[in-house]
Amino acid sequence: KSQGAFGLGRKAMPDEIAAWDIDVRPDGTGLPEGRGTVAEGEPIFVENCAVCHGDFGEGAGRWPVLAGGQDTLRNDRPEKTIGSYWPYLSTVFDYVRRAMPFGNARSLSDDDVYALTAYLMYLNDIVDDEEFELSKDNFASVHLPNEANFIPDDRASEPHYAKGIEPCMSECKPGPVKITARAQVIDVTPEGEGDENS
Amino acid sequence: MVDITDPKRTKQAASRRDFLKAGLLGGAAVAASAGVARAAGDPLITEIQDWNRYLGEGVDVAPYGKPSEFEANVVRRNVPWLTADPVSSINFTPLHELDGIITPNGLCFERHHGGTAIINPADHRLMINGLVDTPLVFTMEDLKRFPRENRVYFLECAANGGMEWRGSQLNGCQFTHGMIHCVVYTGVPLRYLLEEAGVKTNGKWLLAEGADASAMTRSIPMEKALDDCLVAFKMNGEALRPEQGYPLRLCVPGWEGNMWVKWLRRLEVGDEPWAQREETSKYTDLLANGKARRHTWVMDVKSVITSPSPQAPVTHGKGPLVITGLAWSGNGTIKRVDVTLDGGRTWQTARLDGPSLPKALHRFYLDINWDGSELLLQSRAIDDQGLVQPTKNELRAARGENSIYHNNGIQTWHVNNDGVVENVEVS
Repeated sequence: KSQGAFGLGRKAMPDEIAAWDIDVRPDGTGLPEGRGTVAEGEPIFVENCAVCHGDFGEGAGRWPVLAGGQDTLRNDRPEKTIGSYWPYLSTVFDYVRRAMPFGNARSLSDDDVYALTAYLMYLNDIVDDEEFELSKDNFASVHLPNEANFIPDDRASEPHYAKGIEPCMSECKPGPVKITARAQVIDVTPEGEGDENS
Repeated sequence: MVDITDPKRTKQAASRRDFLKAGLLGGAAVAASAGVARAAGDPLITEIQDWNRYLGEGVDVAPYGKPSEFEANVVRRNVPWLTADPVSSINFTPLHELDGIITPNGLCFERHHGGTAIINPADHRLMINGLVDTPLVFTMEDLKRFPRENRVYFLECAANGGMEWRGSQLNGCQFTHGMIHCVVYTGVPLRYLLEEAGVKTNGKWLLAEGADASAMTRSIPMEKALDDCLVAFKMNGEALRPEQGYPLRLCVPGWEGNMWVKWLRRLEVGDEPWAQREETSKYTDLLANGKARRHTWVMDVKSVITSPSPQAPVTHGKGPLVITGLAWSGNGTIKRVDVTLDGGRTWQTARLDGPSLPKALHRFYLDINWDGSELLLQSRAIDDQGLVQPTKNELRAARGENSIYHNNGIQTWHVNNDGVVENVEVS
């Protein structure tokens, strides 16, 4: 029996909640029972993941790179991977279990996902022992390298917002304005404007 | 009732099509000199036209109507090289062809992470669980028994304009600004549903989850969930389109489009955010110093001139020219839009026309008399919080070039003497 003002809906059954509520938080809340080693993860990755993500998580074609890129976040072209960028291992487990493999989601067992997560740690040099076993018990003790580098939204403190003054209306720039970049030079816009078959 | 198998009618229709083709070719020349008096007169006036002689289609031909065939270019477009696969990808609203503030349902841009889920509403369920007094399951029928609200909101992808962080790249406002739409949503205030389940006092966060193959999830602070979020089942008066989350989606007004979870199936109340993939790996904004902002929810004050623009060149020569565009802010309403013709040296305030609704698109116009000289067009929006739309260079100075998301910098269009328009940046 619903407790609300409208009396609409019905109580969710425990099995229903268990079927849908599979999210995992950084503190490990939501992790299922299970375990898997790096060595067990490798063949699962080769079988289910490598076709898009490459044998070593390097990414095939335009598919996402999963490993590498450490110390590139200040570079002109940063490479953001699990090892270089992601803050929490829980997200790896949760996302793989929830949405991968692309096109066949929810097809891996919990032990498979533990093993894959361990293998992704290995590909990212977070563990170097192929016998390393990840489980519900040791999961929350793992910390990814970039965890400390996420900060709250502080856009309001940026100079262009903070000044809060009436914007310039006339004589705002000295001398003629010059064009510094042009899209037509890059020429990557799809052709076929006005062509319904494009 | 019209019998379309009648051979006489079929022949008549065929000749009408042939005439229309011929008329289209001739029409271009006529349009170029429209208004010019000619001795013989404009044949579109002096000669009886087909549509003035023959009957049109009956009311039984189009139970669900489509735009005129002459508007066939007004379509969503994608940019194949942007993503690895069209199933987890984006397309773009043709802003350059639209006016007013409401986006037609069939033209609202799409962003999926696992394709469009096809769900029979009879099979759809919404669950509320977690830190609540009573976890609940609703059917669509249940949801339609709650009191409803109608609200006009823009939905802008966090990545709108993201390809332009390093400089001018795509040539058209459809591509540079078209990850946005604005419709009337009908739905149930989210707080009604949460109150029905009874949020516990330590329930400070809400996880929204989709039913599609990406099982999209985002953490939303309870304050926002109880403020103005809607669980919507209609857009512009009709059911949500499949690609917009049919039969149910979340509306998170003013906040980045990723949070507007489509095919909404579950709401979980918790005491901490979940740090899901879409709020760690994605939808976090890398700064030049290697730090990354997270939880950058609000879409900041922004505007763009939609015409003239690269896909909407000036074809009519000198004289009266309507400059028009859109402005919006996730903080509230738009108070003012300024337009410059000379790349930002001098500005004049444009005219806002139509409804001014919080967290919705606003339409602006500046009517000028074009002397045929080159223009460097920009628009600059100011919202009701007094925030002024920054330049791209101001944004880059604060953030670098690798934030991907939240590019609300001022756009420049170069109009040349022939009326051709290009996406450029200026000093």
